[in-house]
Amino acid sequence: MRRSKQRSQQRSTGKLLLGIFAAAVFAFLLLPLLVVFPISFSSASYLQFPPPGYSLQWYQRYLDDPSWIEATIRSVQAATLCTVLAMGLGVPLSFFLVRSRLPGIRLLDRLTAAPIIVPTIIISIALYGVFSRLQLIGEWYGVAIAHTVLALPFVVILVSASLRSFDEAQEQAAAGLGASWPWIIWRVTLPQLRPSLVSAAFLSFISSFDELVLAMFLSGTSMTLPKKMFDNILMEIDPTIAAVSVLQILLVSVALGLTTLFGRGALTTTITR
Amino acid sequence: MQLSVQGIVRRFGPVAALGGVDLDVAEGEFLTILGPSGSGKTTLLKTIAGFEIPDEGTVLVGGEDVTLAPPRRRDVGMVFQNYALFPHMTVAQNIAFPLEMRRRPREEITRRVEEALRLVELQAFGQRLPRQLSGGQQQRVALARAVVFGPRLLLLDEPFGALDRKLRESLQLEVRRLQRNLRLTTIFITHDQEEALIMSDRIAVMDKGRIEQVGFPGDLYARPATRFVADFLGESNLLEGTAKGGGAELPGFGRVPLPSTQPDGPVTLLLRPEALRLGEEVEALPCRARGTVIDTVFLGLSAKLRLRLEGGPVVLARIPLRPSAPPPPAEGDSVTVGFSAEDVHVVPRT
Repeated sequence: MRRSKQRSQQRSTGKLLLGIFAAAVFAFLLLPLLVVFPISFSSASYLQFPPPGYSLQWYQRYLDDPSWIEATIRSVQAATLCTVLAMGLGVPLSFFLVRSRLPGIRLLDRLTAAPIIVPTIIISIALYGVFSRLQLIGEWYGVAIAHTVLALPFVVILVSASLRSFDEAQEQAAAGLGASWPWIIWRVTLPQLRPSLVSAAFLSFISSFDELVLAMFLSGTSMTLPKKMFDNILMEIDPTIAAVSVLQILLVSVALGLTTLFGRGALTTTITR
Repeated sequence: MQLSVQGIVRRFGPVAALGGVDLDVAEGEFLTILGPSGSGKTTLLKTIAGFEIPDEGTVLVGGEDVTLAPPRRRDVGMVFQNYALFPHMTVAQNIAFPLEMRRRPREEITRRVEEALRLVELQAFGQRLPRQLSGGQQQRVALARAVVFGPRLLLLDEPFGALDRKLRESLQLEVRRLQRNLRLTTIFITHDQEEALIMSDRIAVMDKGRIEQVGFPGDLYARPATRFVADFLGESNLLEGTAKGGGAELPGFGRVPLPSTQPDGPVTLLLRPEALRLGEEVEALPCRARGTVIDTVFLGLSAKLRLRLEGGPVVLARIPLRPSAPPPPAEGDSVTVGFSAEDVHVVPRT
């Protein structure tokens, strides 16, 4: 009797410690938000915490300024194109890396992480040289292409991980049941990779939407949102930046919500209509 | 012939996984390919299904050469070892898959899926996902999916491996019943000889990429064509002796009469454990030997004894047990064993 009580105590102590630890990490993650949100509603014209009073003037400032809105649209465009490109290139590449029996394929697999390892600033300088010759500087799609380089590793890592745990016998079964290759991929393989595909797309989008270094080199006068935010801080420090941050966070939250919606329960969705 | 496999060779690097396989299967027949792991039986099945292209030889299904045809053009239903059900589709969607790939009309698909579900007694489970079913139920879904489109051939790749014994036995009978009702030509792969004996019209025994013997279960058991078959199928005593003038000298037993056609020289004789008798009846038998019991295993209806014969060899004997009969000899007992000459089979030398 006493022993079993000791045991359950032992267990609950462990759970409690883990809970405290998790709470601490969450605080570390979320405290910056607790500062940004109040400041964005500040009535003061400088960054002050806690704010002396509250107003919506900084949101008004953002919405009234066409250069902010343009930067936002440009960033959404670039992030969308980046996502499409990264998925379109990364998913087939993952199939190749996982399924190929070529010697040295493991090495090639590791190499796809290169853009993560190489400092972004180096990639930026390299791309600047190429892009200026191709006249891609100052175009939002130029930034999108550059961001694709950074997003590709995420796609390849996520998709190939889930492809590795996928049972290839299912594809054989589908072939034996009369399916051609495109059908097999579309009806059997991809639906089961769906959670990782959705995560990969989300990460691609965010990595582009939030990216500053490449954008500084490549976006020229047609700025993306992070570049505009950076310039704003350099020129005039006012709480507009906090308001923009909050809006940006909301947009990302929406994307994250969609990810959860489509990424989970993907397995139960009806395929046969 | 519904299936005709001719001279199939498949090499993986220097290793020949299949070293010239010939096999004919008649329409409606249930043929089992029996062999140890690594004997090439799965490679042979994959070649028939179209997942492997052979280096040499031809595969004919229903008289049509399909050696180079992709799997989807072969009209062959297959049940995989781990079932390979699509986990993101319901049971009904799984079964509908081959029909959809054949672009059957909607009403026909619905009707045939229902028929197939009834066939495997899973009518109530159409809307479940595979992972919500037990192993045996999943197995039946895989079977329904493999037969729903009326394939020319049904291939079963060790489909009962993951199931417990009781379930295995009931599914074995169910598969057999289904196969008979649909008159489906079926190739079944297993390494389990008991399963092969229960299910098959004919059995092909494979070893090292070759078919050693094809025949009816009873024939294979009584008259194995090679030493491997004799050893692999059932329990056996393989006794080495020397033939001379229509008889053979066997260590322990003395002279055993053989068919007069047997040439002189070394021979291998197969003596099934149940052919060895003990007790009083032995006196009337022509071939006898004295020996000591090494151990006795009680098996319910029978007992299995290992005996060391005077003059060397250790043999296995299986004796029937009746409730009223005295207990079988125990370890250390001295016994006399014997057999009659017609219970001996001469294993051909290769």
